[in-house]
Amino acid sequence: MKKGDIILICVILCLGLAGFFLVRSMNHEDGGTLTVTVDGQVYETYDLDEDQEVSLDVDGWHNHFQIKDGVVSMTEADCPDQYCVKHSAITKVNETIICLPHKMVLEITGGSQERDIDG
Amino acid sequence: MSKKVAMAGMFTALAMIFSYVEVLIPINFGVPGMKLGLANLVVVVVLYTMGAPMALAISMIRIVLVSATFGNLAAMLYSLAGGLLSFGGMALLKKIPKFSIIGVSVSGGILHNVGQILVAMAVVENIHLLSYLPVLMIGGTITGTLIGIVSAQIIPRVTEVIRKS
Repeated sequence: MKKGDIILICVILCLGLAGFFLVRSMNHEDGGTLTVTVDGQVYETYDLDEDQEVSLDVDGWHNHFQIKDGVVSMTEADCPDQYCVKHSAITKVNETIICLPHKMVLEITGGSQERDIDG
Repeated sequence: MSKKVAMAGMFTALAMIFSYVEVLIPINFGVPGMKLGLANLVVVVVLYTMGAPMALAISMIRIVLVSATFGNLAAMLYSLAGGLLSFGGMALLKKIPKFSIIGVSVSGGILHNVGQILVAMAVVENIHLLSYLPVLMIGGTITGTLIGIVSAQIIPRVTEVIRKS
């Protein structure tokens, strides 16, 4: 290992750690809504306060996700890579589960509707 | 020449097998794209023993074949972006004497993730994918270092065989 390697590794690790904590500090708010986008277009929104199982069949693709206690996880998909199913569950604002082959994004948005009224 | 073609074919096959084996290793951090990068081991070894053009060819052929076999067109698109960026970075860093094979391998691992995220962001039109990058950078540094260390062990052992071809 040469000096250049060590500098490169240190710089990348520092940037990575800084970015990691930046992302963590930005995504601390519990979300109230789940927005599903397909191919860049908003497809449907779901209330996180409501426990539900949702099956989506778009363009011949099949995805199945679950909302339970405000936590969203993809439970089933017929995409080849299965990254969306392996993805950890999401619950904070701006967190996403992406099914790239289906161009589908599950994204947590906004506070809950009850809190909005309170404001 | 024909021996060189045979050697290239063997390395491509090896890279394909590594891609497949990698899927079988159940490492799952809940972050898409986090993996060992075993296929990059082949690309790094070829880059140092057979030169940049051959390494680029093997990298691209592997991605096309693996995507066609196990994935789909979308997977091919973002893998190719990752593969090209990764190769460009590695070929560049190899020319700079300040970096050893470990720096080259680390840059390859991380740029692969960067390329994939950029294409994925363009495909789903969502900027929040960037939040995966820090974790992938940290993971890529660790796996890139490991792949670099292993490559440094493999290269002296295979150089003689490859030269003869």
